[in-house]
Amino acid sequence: MHELSITEHLLDHCIREAEAQNASRIRTIRLCIGQLRGIVPDCIQLYLDMLSEGTIAEGAQIEAESLPVKVLCRDCGMEGEITPHHLSCPHCGGLSLKILSGKEFYIKSMEVYINGNKSTASDHGLE
Amino acid sequence: MEIKVLHQIMDWNEDVSEDVKTELASHNICMINVMGSPGGGKTSLITSLIGILRDRFRIGVIEGDIAGQVDADRIAELGIPTVQLNTDGACHIEAMSIQHILPELPLEDLDLIFVENIGNLVCPAEFRIGESLRITLLSIPEGDDKVEKYPLMFTDTDCLVLNKYDMLPYFDFDEERVCSNYGTVNPGAPLFRVSSRSGDGIKELAAFIAEKAEAAGKAGA
Repeated sequence: MHELSITEHLLDHCIREAEAQNASRIRTIRLCIGQLRGIVPDCIQLYLDMLSEGTIAEGAQIEAESLPVKVLCRDCGMEGEITPHHLSCPHCGGLSLKILSGKEFYIKSMEVYINGNKSTASDHGLE
Repeated sequence: MEIKVLHQIMDWNEDVSEDVKTELASHNICMINVMGSPGGGKTSLITSLIGILRDRFRIGVIEGDIAGQVDADRIAELGIPTVQLNTDGACHIEAMSIQHILPELPLEDLDLIFVENIGNLVCPAEFRIGESLRITLLSIPEGDDKVEKYPLMFTDTDCLVLNKYDMLPYFDFDEERVCSNYGTVNPGAPLFRVSSRSGDGIKELAAFIAEKAEAAGKAGA
């Protein structure tokens, strides 16, 4: 249920971003979530449905892309992907892994209406 | 139409966490975030550590609980400055809650602050709170599958405490499974086998914390 406070901040940011683009409505919010994180997209959707009532994000859908856990094996030197349930190198079975990615959690993009027209793209860059 | 956003969602918490860290550094304080399940023995562990560390460090405690102040009362009985942080139902502590409650502790007179996080293996791992050190506590009765089930709690910690280690003979707990998984996702991070009840292993953990606290003190000095 930590998704509640996360969704509050997520919604704030999305509304600000959409308004800056003169959007009249947010249709979809696309998130990227690394598989190591304990973030449940369905929970975010549930809280969003509650919190967004009466805002330009009312009715917006969450689309979450699950990003793999990438590791570098210190034994064989190869890179590969693992799941949290199989914590070993996919190439040699080695158990000494450096985690390269899998903890991501960011808003990738939004689908918005701008007074019924299509919006223009704008890239604010990763901080 | 699509607009690109590329915004790190947790920035709102990370920014405040950095502010808390800076504030603590200005007082040469090392803050320790103690995380683990309900009933894993966090309060008992903190109590035991205070017993060993209080001769060398001036210690304060922030007791995180969803409600009530049973744990805070236990710590306060030791004569340690303690504040209760009730989250009113929330499953974790956020950096902003720490920022708000810090002024209630006598920061000028402290070297070390223990934060007992909300009992939970999922949510607290997602939120930095300005700590210098993270301790993840897993007790033997909880089972040996926790690293696989709650990976972030074990990848994003500075040490793992296997608590209630004296219970090992009574449970089908595959210690090797935990050690191997933990070592795989968090290579080189230390693991301590502790029994708060018998006192076994507490000194080793206390020595590790003392080393970190002294480093934090020097870094801020």
